[in-house]
Amino acid sequence: MSSIKDIQEEIVSEFEILGDDKESTVFYIMELGGSLGKFPENERKEENIIKGCQSKVWLIADDVDGKVHYQADSNTDITKGLISLLIRVLNNRSPEEILNAELNFINRIGMGSIIGSQRSNGLSAMIKQMKLYAFAFQTKQNA
Amino acid sequence: MSLNIDQIRGLFPVLHQEVHGKPLIYFDNAATTQKPQSVLDALSNYYGRDNSNIHRGAHALADRATQYYEETREAVREFVGAKEAAEIIFTKGTTESINLVAQTFGRKFIGKDDEIVISTMEHHSNIVPWQMLCEEKGAVLKIIPINEAGEIHFGEFEKLLSPKTKLVSIVHASNALGTINPVRKVIDAAHAVGARVLLDGAQSTAHLEINVQELDCDFLAFSAHKLYGPTGLGVLYGKREILEAMPPFLGGGEMIKEVTFEKTTYNEIPFKFEAGTPNIADVIAFKSALDFIKQYGKPAIKAHEDALLAHANETMKPIKGFIPVGTAEEKVSVLSFNINGMHPFDVGQMLDAKGIAVRTGHHCTQPLMKRFGIEGTVRASFAVYNTKSEIDKMAEGLAQIARFKNK
Repeated sequence: MSSIKDIQEEIVSEFEILGDDKESTVFYIMELGGSLGKFPENERKEENIIKGCQSKVWLIADDVDGKVHYQADSNTDITKGLISLLIRVLNNRSPEEILNAELNFINRIGMGSIIGSQRSNGLSAMIKQMKLYAFAFQTKQNA
Repeated sequence: MSLNIDQIRGLFPVLHQEVHGKPLIYFDNAATTQKPQSVLDALSNYYGRDNSNIHRGAHALADRATQYYEETREAVREFVGAKEAAEIIFTKGTTESINLVAQTFGRKFIGKDDEIVISTMEHHSNIVPWQMLCEEKGAVLKIIPINEAGEIHFGEFEKLLSPKTKLVSIVHASNALGTINPVRKVIDAAHAVGARVLLDGAQSTAHLEINVQELDCDFLAFSAHKLYGPTGLGVLYGKREILEAMPPFLGGGEMIKEVTFEKTTYNEIPFKFEAGTPNIADVIAFKSALDFIKQYGKPAIKAHEDALLAHANETMKPIKGFIPVGTAEEKVSVLSFNINGMHPFDVGQMLDAKGIAVRTGHHCTQPLMKRFGIEGTVRASFAVYNTKSEIDKMAEGLAQIARFKNK
């Protein structure tokens, strides 16, 4: 399995191909949203909604053999695309790896200017919530 | 008179720029309109030449600034057809104008079990101030229902009226749908039971000819920035006898006649409601915005905007998945819609990538969105400087975006 660093490099080069064309970039992010796995209907509830996102984002995580397995969904396709990028980088890794991960690809692909300030805040809230899950599992594993 | 739109566009510097490498198409006019050069010049001239505090200065600059400030008040009087300039109060915006009425007229004249009537399509700024008042006073808020097209049920409205009704506060033109309400009939019906009427004119004043004396409304609230003027400035028109009977809103300088530690007497209207140093620069610049509108005339502006809306309806209709929201007979130039299977945020973001500025979301009308069972809409709203070719570009872009989910 590639490292968090390598996957970020992959993402950066994919976005580099799109260049400065915002239109293709936004379309690409929306298409990425389609790659998100199906979210369990019974988990689509209030307590799984991430606070701080303008659109609705549901996120759950399981500890599968010591690795964090994330599942997420959103009511908007662009947000789904953003989550799919985060999941691609962080899924099925140990809590330590996730907590230590420096997610520099977001700034490197200039996500702020692509998605605007509102959605950038939402993206930060998603990362925070993903790390919180990792922290909770780490605490449990060390207990 | 048909307008020379190219020439008008030349007056708005902001329109001539690229966004994400595409020429800007600005369709967010119901949120705020752009400002002509004359408004920008007026702001710069005021600060560069006339800046001083108004009304009690014993010097030439203060005299000049006072004169210009009061000239705007007179221009607003003429703009809305008020009897006298003293009935024009400057506020921060429509929201403050409505809150002023709620906190002064409302607190004095609305009591326990009295009723306030609003409609389903109100902006939050014409809902929340009344909810706050009702909570404080034990009064009751009644809601006029609307039909699928986004028009009020007039018969249902009449049924809500009774001697308990103290105020009807209704939007003249809906920000989210564009619906123009039959306010003349509303006012007459409300007056017949002795209720006062506040018109929220935030979305109507830029498009419709308004004469408060002919309409006989008791209050009219609107914002300068939706009328090609500066932000942070609004107007409250009120009939003299009502304004005089109302207690002051904010206490401080300017609004007093005489202050002693025992008792303070209040200034005459409109100054009674303009405590503190007002927004002098923006008031003065607002006159240039009113002059801009006057130069072309609202009938010509409305005719142009109506043609844009008709063109938009026609060009968007064939787009697969296009769902219009708000199809009232009488509308201002607002095109609210959804694309089947897509969230309005996504549609807005994709239009933005094409250089097209629209608004998405609930438009501060959550109860209205709930009525339609939707989370929000995409809203394109047109102003005098917009063109059919801009609308064609949006239709083309939207057709491409809609294919994402409507193959």
